[in-house]
Amino acid sequence: MSTVFEARHLNKSFGGLAVAKDISISLARGDRVALIGPNGAGKTTFINLVTGHLAPDSGTVMFDDADVTALSPTKRVRQGLVRSFQVTRLFSEMTPAEHVALAVLQRTGRSGRMLGNFQAMQDVMAEVQESLHSLGIDHVANRRVSEIAYGQQRLLEIALALALRPKVLLLDEPAAGVPQSDTSRIETALAALPADLAVLMIDHDMDLVFRFARRVVVLAAGAIIFDGSPQEVTQDMRVREAYLGNYANARSAA
Amino acid sequence: MAAEQTISPASKATSGPNWLLRDLAGLAVILVLAGIGYLLFPNNLALLTRITAIALLVLSLDLVTGYCGIATLGHAALFGAGAYAAGIAAAHFGITDPIIMVVIGAIGGAAAGLLAGAIMLRGHGLAQLVLSIAIVYLFHETANKASGWTGGSDGLAGISPDPVFGLFGFDLWGRTAYVFGIVLLVLVFLLLRVLVRSPFGMLCRGIKEDPVRVSAMGASVNATLLRMYVISGAVAGVGGALNAISTQVVGLDSLSFTTSAEALVMLVLGGTGSLYGGLIGTLVFMWFEDFVSSINPFHWLTIVGALLIAVVLFAPSGLYGTAVQLLQRIRDKR
Repeated sequence: MSTVFEARHLNKSFGGLAVAKDISISLARGDRVALIGPNGAGKTTFINLVTGHLAPDSGTVMFDDADVTALSPTKRVRQGLVRSFQVTRLFSEMTPAEHVALAVLQRTGRSGRMLGNFQAMQDVMAEVQESLHSLGIDHVANRRVSEIAYGQQRLLEIALALALRPKVLLLDEPAAGVPQSDTSRIETALAALPADLAVLMIDHDMDLVFRFARRVVVLAAGAIIFDGSPQEVTQDMRVREAYLGNYANARSAA
Repeated sequence: MAAEQTISPASKATSGPNWLLRDLAGLAVILVLAGIGYLLFPNNLALLTRITAIALLVLSLDLVTGYCGIATLGHAALFGAGAYAAGIAAAHFGITDPIIMVVIGAIGGAAAGLLAGAIMLRGHGLAQLVLSIAIVYLFHETANKASGWTGGSDGLAGISPDPVFGLFGFDLWGRTAYVFGIVLLVLVFLLLRVLVRSPFGMLCRGIKEDPVRVSAMGASVNATLLRMYVISGAVAGVGGALNAISTQVVGLDSLSFTTSAEALVMLVLGGTGSLYGGLIGTLVFMWFEDFVSSINPFHWLTIVGALLIAVVLFAPSGLYGTAVQLLQRIRDKR
């Protein structure tokens, strides 16, 4: 499998506090990787280093065999390195159709057009419908986002990321805050992600992590302490100590 | 197919024929009001033309404030730049064709918009607001000091525009200026309605709500905002040029802090982010100002202030925004 993304020896510290210590991780096409770790382990810092919102003190970020460490966040997005947000960051006054349309227009280089309307652009409308339909939120396509359910907003967040046709997708807690009754829809959406897309998901919900991921990376105190299969992670003593604690005990007891 | 029906024009928000009808209705209302103004106040056309020019300033302010979320107290700098550009072209270079003067005003305003935007977009929130005030004071002071070009505090005189198309001379009663102004306003208004519905307009609305999200979609926030600032400057510049053409003089007040602040007040009064609100706010504010100051020349500002407090407290989305909400509520009840 070909490597599409690689972080090499990333280091970052704020003042004297090291928040990323020699982090190296690589993703190949079709990877499904979960990044877990206790609060304050440096997951958000890592995401920011990858997206370019933070510059590393040392180390490189490779994307598609090119060094993107010096590229701005927006340029990385245009190359296909896309993230979703833990807290939904949607445009509350706009409709889901407008959200996806904006992403499609941006991807196809038409977001700066000053004439016309996306509703008159057949290819955009077709993609908007297809996207919202596949996630099961087409019935709220023309409602304001502030009026639709939180679970639907999370699904829209995924639709928005996918409309940018990413090669690597960073999902930041895609199911956070969603009522139990709706998580299955999000899991369905995650299971239906394009097969050749490399996905790195951060989540606290261990059931979701174990169902989704084929590989688990554990971050603690800014360093990677485990990188391996979901089956092994619960057996790893260091992970147990650092993080899983009760969950692993509960599992082995059960 | 169910999926197709859901995104068909049945929705209320931004769908096809709906907006066309609404814009045509808006256009009809502007034209009817303009006609009524012409017939009812034949001796007050100068005031009505001034309202038209300020309406262009408020529309241009709505582009950056209502659609991009940038609060500014310095927007008259763009209006004044347009007024001086048109005025200087006429008084110093003999370019007196009114349509060319409007184009020069638009270019002057756009250049000022580029400059002001480039400076203001370096700051955020409060810093941005303070920068906007600094910019309008700098523009004001520059115009004041460069009196050889601008006439300084005496104002720039000697502007005598040619007849429009060589046919309609600017008369003492201000009829030509009024019609000229209304035509400009209608043209600009229609163009801006197209602009705000375009992908670019949608991108700006996205930036207003969450710039981080927009940049996570791969769009460059500042470049987009700067483009809008230049467009906004051109619109304000057209307003300034109209003011220079109709009054045949450009004063320092056209790029003052007071004019900037009043424009923001008019926009908030009418409601931001619709273009309609800006027009309504300008009309109501300037008519009210004229009306109240004729009744009580000493305390009119107090009365205007009280009215504003009432609007901000009881109709925070402005006159137009509140009216739309009420209509929606009535429609939902049915």
